[in-house]
Amino acid sequence: MKGMYAVYRKEMGHYFVSPVAYIIVGVFLILAAYFFTQLLAVYMQRAFEASFEEGQFGGGAAFDVPSLVMRSFFGVLSTLLLFLTPMLTMSVYAEERRHGTMELLMTSPVTDLEIVLGKFFASLTLLVIMLLPTAIGFAYMLHHSEPAAPWRVLGSEYLGVLLLGGTLLALGSFFSSLTESQLIAAVLSFGAILLLWVLDFGTQTATSAWASTLEYLSVFRHYDDFTRGVIDTSNLIFYLSFIVVGIFLTVRSIDSMRWRRA
Amino acid sequence: MIEVKDLTKRYAEHIAVDHVSFSVKKGEILGLLGPNGAGKTTTMRILTGFLPATSGTAEVAGFDVFNDSLEVRKRIGYLPENPPIYLDMTVDAYLEFVARIKNVPGEKRKARVADALEKTNLADKRFELIKRLSRGYKQRVGLAQALVHDPEVIILDEPTVGLDPKQIIEVRHLIKGLAGNHTIILSTHILPEVSMTCDRVGIINRGRIAAVDTPANLTTQLKGGQNVRLEVAADESAASAALREIPGVRRVTAEPAGGNGRFALTVEATPGQDVRSQIAAKIVGKGWPLYELRGVNLSLEDIFLQLTTEDSEHAENPN
Repeated sequence: MKGMYAVYRKEMGHYFVSPVAYIIVGVFLILAAYFFTQLLAVYMQRAFEASFEEGQFGGGAAFDVPSLVMRSFFGVLSTLLLFLTPMLTMSVYAEERRHGTMELLMTSPVTDLEIVLGKFFASLTLLVIMLLPTAIGFAYMLHHSEPAAPWRVLGSEYLGVLLLGGTLLALGSFFSSLTESQLIAAVLSFGAILLLWVLDFGTQTATSAWASTLEYLSVFRHYDDFTRGVIDTSNLIFYLSFIVVGIFLTVRSIDSMRWRRA
Repeated sequence: MIEVKDLTKRYAEHIAVDHVSFSVKKGEILGLLGPNGAGKTTTMRILTGFLPATSGTAEVAGFDVFNDSLEVRKRIGYLPENPPIYLDMTVDAYLEFVARIKNVPGEKRKARVADALEKTNLADKRFELIKRLSRGYKQRVGLAQALVHDPEVIILDEPTVGLDPKQIIEVRHLIKGLAGNHTIILSTHILPEVSMTCDRVGIINRGRIAAVDTPANLTTQLKGGQNVRLEVAADESAASAALREIPGVRRVTAEPAGGNGRFALTVEATPGQDVRSQIAAKIVGKGWPLYELRGVNLSLEDIFLQLTTEDSEHAENPN
């Protein structure tokens, strides 16, 4: 595990000495802040209209602005992750392969699994760092909301976004381990993630086993429950097993470098 | 310390390493000498656990490189052909990372890094980004990386490539200084390098070891041989023909020397035969004035060329 920690530290250092991490995190935060304020403004407006109508005509549904903002925001977040995670992971192995530093890692007393885990946890940490500032907005909103704020829902949503993000990072790292080119790695992971997103397209009405399998595999489908504040064990298991498979495939891919190299 | 037996690495279309065997004693420097593509790098990659062998065994410090790979890797410092450096890191941070990943305990890490920096003369570049260093300095960072955990065995793939003459001398001194405490294998295609730094030389060509011996033994024993150089005032072709009659003479080349009808002749003798006295007798018998006659020791370069070309001729015509 010492070796894993060494790799983890190196990766974190690498993210923050190069401008890459700052740019990705910065772009993400600007977009996130924009969506957050827009969603908040839109739902506030609707809430006012609703309360106005309620005053005029009576009745009308209660309008839960914080929950609506959170749900929509975390929906948008999944789309942002689709675009940003391939950029976080594209260099993790491709760069090491291109510069020959993979040879250093692979001749050091660390196992392939330690290398892969160290890198995976580093990218996950960066994801957390990226997401943390968004919590400020929610904390502010929930603090001022009447009636009591649904903190648990927020917790479930962050858990969901971490699991989804972890899955996409594991997948992206695997594609990065296949090639020496960052661009190829990014395109492959982006394509794969997009495919996994639209996998359930057109299966809503179908009933065959094939359709339900495709529906099950769609990574974003399992995310919906989390955004509604529902932590379903089957969704947890889906994401965790996806991450484990991604890590396993990456380890195999690194190991195969030893056998392929001419 | 290092035992290699019948090591073979086969790829789909060619054999990179073909039944290579050698051993290196503790504290010794072995040089692997061979043309590019001879199998030096592959042999080293197998020893460091980067590549698995197709067949044969290799042991480092008593551990099998395949079955006990992690144990072997703990004991090896390895500088690949291209130094495995992270351009975005400072020299200090990089060496600290390597020390960490090579299991150097926390309390010793600082001292080990400082020691490696000092040995490779990098102390004044310590806090510079590696990408800002020149080629020679990058190579030294690569060397420092191979030393930082004070490994028992150091494997250096072409350690002096890309350095200027002054740096080459420094690196050779450094390597010589490391011997004794460390067992070293280095590869090179530069001949003077092995005769200067190595205790023993393995000449490797087309994946096979052509010879393993000390540089001195290789020069004397293997070729036995001497070339003889003489200067004589005589007709060029007559002199050449006369010398070729002497048993043991393989080849005679002649070139004019200094006018006055003098010729400089170089006589190549079969290994193990001293033909000098016969040559002298022949020349004197013919009544030609003899101005000079001396033996010329074959350089390692000649032997190397001879061994590797003979071998390839052999390979092309197996029968």
